[in-house]
Amino acid sequence: MEHEDNVSRVRPLVLSTAPHVFDGISTQKVMLNVLIALVPTLVASAVIFGWRALLVTAVTTIACVLFEYLWCRLRKTAQTVGDLSAVVTGLLLAFNLPSTIPLYMAVIGAFVAIVVVKELFGGIGRNFANPAIVARIVLSVSFTAAMTNYAAPQIASFAPGTAGVDAVTSATPLAPSAPALPFLDLLLGVHGGVLGETCGLAILLGLLWLLATRTITFTIPGVYVGTVVVMSLITGHDAVAQVFSGGLLLGAVFMATDYVGSPTTFKGQVIFGVGLGLITCLIRFWGNMNEGVAYSILLMNLVVPYIEALTGATPLGGQKKKLFGKKKAEGGNE
Amino acid sequence: MTIASRFRRARGAAVPHRKNTAELATIDMPVPREIVLPMQQHIGALCEPVVKKGDHVDVGSLVGHAPRGLSADIFSGVSGTVTAIKPVYYSSGKTDTTVVIESDGAQTVADTVAPPQVTDRASFLAAIKKSGLVGLGGAGFPTDIKLAPPNLEEIDLYVVNGTECEPYLSTDYREMMESADDVLFGIRETCKYLDIPNAMICIESNKPRAIEHLRALTKDDPPIEVKSLPSRYPQGAENVLVYNATGRVVPRGKRQTDVGVMLNNVTTMASIGRFLKTGMPLVKRRFTVSGDAVERPCNVQIVIGTRLRDVMDFVGLAKEPRKVVLGGPMMGNAQIDLDYPVIRQNNGVLVFSEEGMEQPKTTPCIRCGRCTNSCPMRLSPVAIRKAYATQDVKRLDELMADLCMGCGTCSFVCPAKQPLAQTSKLARDFMRAEMAKRRN
Repeated sequence: MEHEDNVSRVRPLVLSTAPHVFDGISTQKVMLNVLIALVPTLVASAVIFGWRALLVTAVTTIACVLFEYLWCRLRKTAQTVGDLSAVVTGLLLAFNLPSTIPLYMAVIGAFVAIVVVKELFGGIGRNFANPAIVARIVLSVSFTAAMTNYAAPQIASFAPGTAGVDAVTSATPLAPSAPALPFLDLLLGVHGGVLGETCGLAILLGLLWLLATRTITFTIPGVYVGTVVVMSLITGHDAVAQVFSGGLLLGAVFMATDYVGSPTTFKGQVIFGVGLGLITCLIRFWGNMNEGVAYSILLMNLVVPYIEALTGATPLGGQKKKLFGKKKAEGGNE
Repeated sequence: MTIASRFRRARGAAVPHRKNTAELATIDMPVPREIVLPMQQHIGALCEPVVKKGDHVDVGSLVGHAPRGLSADIFSGVSGTVTAIKPVYYSSGKTDTTVVIESDGAQTVADTVAPPQVTDRASFLAAIKKSGLVGLGGAGFPTDIKLAPPNLEEIDLYVVNGTECEPYLSTDYREMMESADDVLFGIRETCKYLDIPNAMICIESNKPRAIEHLRALTKDDPPIEVKSLPSRYPQGAENVLVYNATGRVVPRGKRQTDVGVMLNNVTTMASIGRFLKTGMPLVKRRFTVSGDAVERPCNVQIVIGTRLRDVMDFVGLAKEPRKVVLGGPMMGNAQIDLDYPVIRQNNGVLVFSEEGMEQPKTTPCIRCGRCTNSCPMRLSPVAIRKAYATQDVKRLDELMADLCMGCGTCSFVCPAKQPLAQTSKLARDFMRAEMAKRRN
């Protein structure tokens, strides 16, 4: 306490407010866990769609990282590429594109995802919706033909009588004209579609990793898929086919669980998941599009602030917030 | 239990225990050459020095007299001469008066020290008032005030906090292992005079030996239950502990006594027991010294007022100290230098070297929700920060920012290392001040 003491000291002691210890978690580690979870899907897409799957993935990933790097350089802000979130966006974007996509379109997608959706809104944590989802929608609207030009799988189908058929393109199993596929084809992803959505097994492996590392909870994917199953059963659709075809699993596990665009509370996540399931089924069953996952995620991303406002936890000892009716006068509280 | 709560992840955080001093028996630290007694070693009003420069004091002599109301007397832990009464400046910017006493090494006990004559509640509370006892878990709330709430008759359960959820610290554990008799004597006497029928000693499951030890000692004493609670920080935070141990929720703006619970730290109970036996006021305490820069981490029995520098000399430093924290690493305060004394509610000091201290870099919030889902009070630290940034008192009131107890869990779990606990505390204090202004 005597001040002359500080003079004799070589270096003054470090002052900071509590806490003085921290959990080992960091944004970078969270993103790394997502990347690890995406590896099985990346391998599956390469096996199913060949080398061009890897090329598309490389292009979107490099483009995403580069756009973020340039953005930070030009804006003279702290460099954020080290947090790996741009790599995650790049991979997810690639997984939302067909392997036949012209590469310049993939770069446009990366621009939309990183610059328009993420950086213009304030960078990581502030994007209004999932960047890869918006990029997919922008590309679908702009280049509809290229975005639905699904390459046929390069490995043989398990459906009888199709072995040796050298198809060039193949429809998504969700298309009304598509023949019913055997379950093994659906599970292993041997059918047309975008890179990351076909192999359900790989996505489920990724889900296990995300759950094991507590990166996400099961609530959003569970409720989302559960709602689709219930809706399918009610409306007489094949629930298994609905779950394993199209982008449902990819969306439910990797896109809907994006922290920024999803609610943080259990109740909020249930509402979010039900909403996703309902919109997906509405589009798939009664809309004029085959696929509704991307739009459902975008729409639900947009209402998250409202869900959060309605489902905030009641603090321990606090009175429950009244949603309806007049608020009780807080007289004896203090 | 609602369906939602079944699915909810456990609140709080799995902080590392790092209790490397837990199994080390307490060492008596030699009496230092000089002790420094700040006149505030508690929550409440400053004490008034009753000695002046040159006065002789003995062990147990009154040094600082507590004014009426919330405060607690301060006593000397050495015999010797008062050499100075001078101001002290804290890292928080606050100032205080200190009494510096040079020890004569004789440790003569003051003739005022004698076991108190306790026959009923009034004499019991009067005795405690003269003991200089405060909440020794870290809060420093004067014990005589705590034991005399206006609604004493409604209290049916004494919760004794032996959870010690802060990493590193092991004084409460050593208290239970080495001084279990004092603990139980303190609990039994207090329950007797306050007429509280049942007591529950709560211990975190990472101290199985303490649980076993106390269970063995209380097996013929049914009113005292020894309860094992999960080792999850902040298990020992008052309202959290009451909720986890009894299921009772302390309403916002109320105290534990309003739900029928009296709550004290286990070391406080042991100190009550010792005081009733000996009459020696609180002048010594058990104290953990740990951290990576300490050569010989240990628990010491220390004279209150010993300078940190003397503690360091006793345990030895293996590395250059860069951060010195009084208390646990989750809620303790970093100190400016080693000339600060150990005061009575300090339960340990942690000394970290350059490599041992954690100063992570802050990155942007990624809205992962870990803070909200971990907050033991179920607050929303990010929303509170936003409301505080705009000085929005109404919103802070809606978010119940005043319920924050500053446990630090939100900052601990944050992947972006945002200073959430710090802003929550600022918001809480700002809101309380504004609400008080509005009431007046």
